[in-house]
Amino acid sequence: MAGKIFAVVVALITIVTAYCVIAHVWWMPVDISVHGPKIDHQIEETVLVAGLLFIAGQVVLAAFVFLYGGARNRIKQIPGGAKPLIVFAFLLVGTEIVALSFIGSKAWGAVYFEAPDPASMRVDVQAGQFAYYFRYPGPDGKFGSLHPDLINEGNQNYFGLDTDHDADAKDDIVTAELAIPVNKPILLTLHSKDVGHSFYARELRIQQDFVPGLNIPVHFTATQTGRFEIVCTQLCGLGHYNMKAYLSVLSPSDFDDWLRKQASMQ
Amino acid sequence: MFAATAEKNIFLGVKIMPATAAQAAVHHAPPQGFIRKYIFSVDHKVIGIQYLTMSLVAVFVGMALSWAMRIHLAWPDAHIPLLGWLSPSGAPGGLMTPEYYLSLMTMHGTIMAFFVLTAAPLAGFGNFILPIQVGAADMAFPRLNMSSFWVTLVGFILACATFFIPDGPPLSGWTAYAPLSAVGSVAGPGQGWGQNLWGLSIVCFCIASLLGALNFIVTTLDLRTKGMTLPRLPLSTWGWFIDAWVSLLAFAVLLPTCLLLVLDRLAGTSFFIPSGLVINDQLQPHSGGSPLLFQHLFWFFGHPEVYIIILPAFGIVSHIMPTFIRKPLVGGWKVITFAEVAVGTLSFVVWGHHMFVSGMSPFMAMVFSVPTLFITIPSVIAVLVWVFSLYHANIRFDTPLLFSLGFVSLFISGGIGGFFLAQPSTDSYLHATSFVVGHFHFTMGLSAIFATLAGFYYWFPKMFGRMMNEKLGKVHFWLSFVLVYCVFMTMHLTGFAGAVRRYSALVDDFMVPLIPANKFMTIAALLLGATQFIFLFNAIWSRFKGPKAPNNPWDATTLEWDTTSPPPFDNFGGRQITVYHGPMEYDGEASVMQTSPAESVAGT
Amino acid sequence: MKAQLRIAAFTLSLLLVALAFIRSAPTVGASATGQIVGTIKLDGQAPHLKPIDMSKDPACAQANGGAPVAAENVVVGANGGLANVVVYISQGLAGNEGAISSQPATIDQRGCKYVPHVVALNVGQHMTVLNSDKTAHNIHPQPSPTGGNGQWNKSQTAGAGPIDVAWANQEVAIPVKCNIHPWMRAYIAVVKGPFGVSNDTGSFRMDNVPPGTYTLTAWQETFGTQTQVVTVATGKPATSDFTFKAK
Repeated sequence: MAGKIFAVVVALITIVTAYCVIAHVWWMPVDISVHGPKIDHQIEETVLVAGLLFIAGQVVLAAFVFLYGGARNRIKQIPGGAKPLIVFAFLLVGTEIVALSFIGSKAWGAVYFEAPDPASMRVDVQAGQFAYYFRYPGPDGKFGSLHPDLINEGNQNYFGLDTDHDADAKDDIVTAELAIPVNKPILLTLHSKDVGHSFYARELRIQQDFVPGLNIPVHFTATQTGRFEIVCTQLCGLGHYNMKAYLSVLSPSDFDDWLRKQASMQ
Repeated sequence: MFAATAEKNIFLGVKIMPATAAQAAVHHAPPQGFIRKYIFSVDHKVIGIQYLTMSLVAVFVGMALSWAMRIHLAWPDAHIPLLGWLSPSGAPGGLMTPEYYLSLMTMHGTIMAFFVLTAAPLAGFGNFILPIQVGAADMAFPRLNMSSFWVTLVGFILACATFFIPDGPPLSGWTAYAPLSAVGSVAGPGQGWGQNLWGLSIVCFCIASLLGALNFIVTTLDLRTKGMTLPRLPLSTWGWFIDAWVSLLAFAVLLPTCLLLVLDRLAGTSFFIPSGLVINDQLQPHSGGSPLLFQHLFWFFGHPEVYIIILPAFGIVSHIMPTFIRKPLVGGWKVITFAEVAVGTLSFVVWGHHMFVSGMSPFMAMVFSVPTLFITIPSVIAVLVWVFSLYHANIRFDTPLLFSLGFVSLFISGGIGGFFLAQPSTDSYLHATSFVVGHFHFTMGLSAIFATLAGFYYWFPKMFGRMMNEKLGKVHFWLSFVLVYCVFMTMHLTGFAGAVRRYSALVDDFMVPLIPANKFMTIAALLLGATQFIFLFNAIWSRFKGPKAPNNPWDATTLEWDTTSPPPFDNFGGRQITVYHGPMEYDGEASVMQTSPAESVAGT
Repeated sequence: MKAQLRIAAFTLSLLLVALAFIRSAPTVGASATGQIVGTIKLDGQAPHLKPIDMSKDPACAQANGGAPVAAENVVVGANGGLANVVVYISQGLAGNEGAISSQPATIDQRGCKYVPHVVALNVGQHMTVLNSDKTAHNIHPQPSPTGGNGQWNKSQTAGAGPIDVAWANQEVAIPVKCNIHPWMRAYIAVVKGPFGVSNDTGSFRMDNVPPGTYTLTAWQETFGTQTQVVTVATGKPATSDFTFKAK
């Protein structure tokens, strides 16, 4: 009796889980990046492959438990013993693995192995306990140098710019929100002010850690306007849960307006 | 590598001569007095029970921490009086602060991963059962064994002590990434003496584990009784033996890593801290270090660690199943053991899959991804062996077997999640979401716990001479099995929505809609926690009032069942033990013990 | 002889009673102390201050109607009045500081700003920290490491109770930040004796000042300090105006 109940319980768990995944009860948000479809496709492929294995594994387990409870059976091993199992594992799983790796490398490559467009708009991103700040180079197209000893949050000098003496820094535009024009290649440079953080923009299908001491490039092109969240996913201290910034994807003219307004506020 | 026949006894090309039980390590006379018998005992059985007792306390501490965490996630305004008493600054009036949530989370992970999951199946059961299963009177180094336990206990006390110091436990997670963990108290509450005590606690655990691993390896190779060739070793012993090798190599890396971290914190070194960091408005004086170096060192240990946790579970389930399905496992001892060796070996070359988005070279991400996916193959082989051994079996649904089947189902579920996390492209979306938390709770957490519980119900009669209550055991199983899925499968699903982990509150626009799911998980988790008290009651009550257990209540075959329940101090009462068969002599109903000269019925 | 002793004893006891009376008398009544009033001005153009973008925490943004919020480093009112300047007696008061108010000073985290932006209070006087916001704050005063006041930080989630604290040493002024919201700034000036903080017309008032001649110090977070000597008598309030030069 226990065996029959076990089989039914496992079957139910399998069905409910499969339903939740297939029906996308909780699922990824809309994808708004050029490379996003490759990642989404990879996830769908993996759902299929892993899902089939999941269902098969649980169903076979449930079936055997259902059928073979008790003391009346004449025992036998499966035909061929362990050999078919080993062959199955190597062949089927091995093939899946190789396939996923090959296709997946294209998705990964789209994010990391393609060089950024030389005409990308550059934005400097700083993560610090517990906020992100963004820096646009301004009309001179150059970023001023950073001086950690000059950082003064009380005066809103989050980046440690020397605007008194550094000409390149004078026109840098520092914002608390990442606004970008749609359909234009963007190149972010990530650096951390203090400890490890991460840049997770679900709709952009991008997640990249900030590593103190490193400047890490991230490039992408957004394909849809809207307002989206960038949240921190690398444990950084007590305010980790409250560390986010908004990503604002705007039409080119709206973006120009926004940047002009931000520049006037500096 | 492994000898196929009973005559040869070759391990890694070296001929190993098993000593007899009489020649072997009976270095000590029966202990006298309460202290020598039950406190500072060198008897592996007492030490095993000491480990299990410590783990039992640890698991309830770890669970209580998780209840507090889950209550806070579901009801952030909840006032938890016990918490307010424990830490007036961390939870004033019982209202949990964000930093205290992270402290509870850090210690939940630390206590569970080390003092429960690594200690109970390996040091707890391994210590009690392995010497008996190989036919020895004790471990090769009984005094070293005793030290291992006491050093582990000191480590556990240090970990618990972090709750009682003014600044509280560290908040950097059980993974303690630098620089957050390395710069000292400037980084936040708990990052002063809390993190130091944490580091010392782990150092103690490492030392104890290294000594324990040594004991397991030497005992298995040198103290096997007459006729106990390597092919005839019970599968649980194989599990502990292979695990000891992995443990030796992995903890050997964690120990110096923790020491380097402590040096950065106390001695002004900069192994992990680069220059130019401004924390709390202060420019940090360090320079030249690499946070990624910490991650590499930690995960070089950290990934094998999860296999250190699961390999004894593989062994215990592989050992228990034949008893209750009344037939040998498909492929005999070789296939499952090969799978364990493959898993253990591959576990050392996959650590970078924790670091796909860490800033490590994206090319290295591809490199790590390949063996991470390939480690699926031996894992799948093991699962197939367990599942297909049920084919045309005669299954007896006693509690140990139910928990073993639960283990298989949970391991399948957890393993499937691995497909998503092993590929950098898909991991870039799922990294640091609740999908990962669900995944490792299934594979490393609950699978190992279910296997440990299977072992507990199975060996309880042998250890304490009494039977546990079967009805309560079944209730414990059914409630736990269903509730575990309720909590942790839901976590996988919210992970697809990008639910970020290690958040003390759900305030982001996209996190707010996930609050109902979190409430569901909290309620299930609290019910799951309550269920464990059924087990605790059963264990304690049965220890004193359970019906007396015979020598071999399960009709099993291995050496521990060929002695009294509980065994005498030298395990076999001075008898000469000779082994004639492998451990899986079952023919559907009857069985032949390893020590019985009768005819083999299963050809092992 | 006996009669002389009796008279002496009676006089002595009268003296003792008078002494006791004097010592137990309430600290100099209003009529026996003076006041200092004044206006603080900024000479020149106030520096351009970048508005604060609070979008990273929607609870903060909503509390401020979604618009950027003016920074408070330099607050200049109509007629050039400079607000948030702390005026206190830096010399001349020794031993005569007067009683500490039993009324606690308050600082509130409201709209993800500290209200008030500058708090002045006496050494030993209690201070209550409130969180009126729908988001958590972690108040973090950063006193000077050598000043004797200890550094601490405390979280208050939304709806959490007040924090009560007192400062043991004079310090002008302790910067306060929020660990969760990097733009938040306040200052706590811990002084001995009477003090005043200028409002947004630049005017301040110091009460309960014993008559005498003192050095007054005015402190502003961006422009630093200025001193003036002032003589206080009972009756008419003494006046002391300050002018800070914009850079």
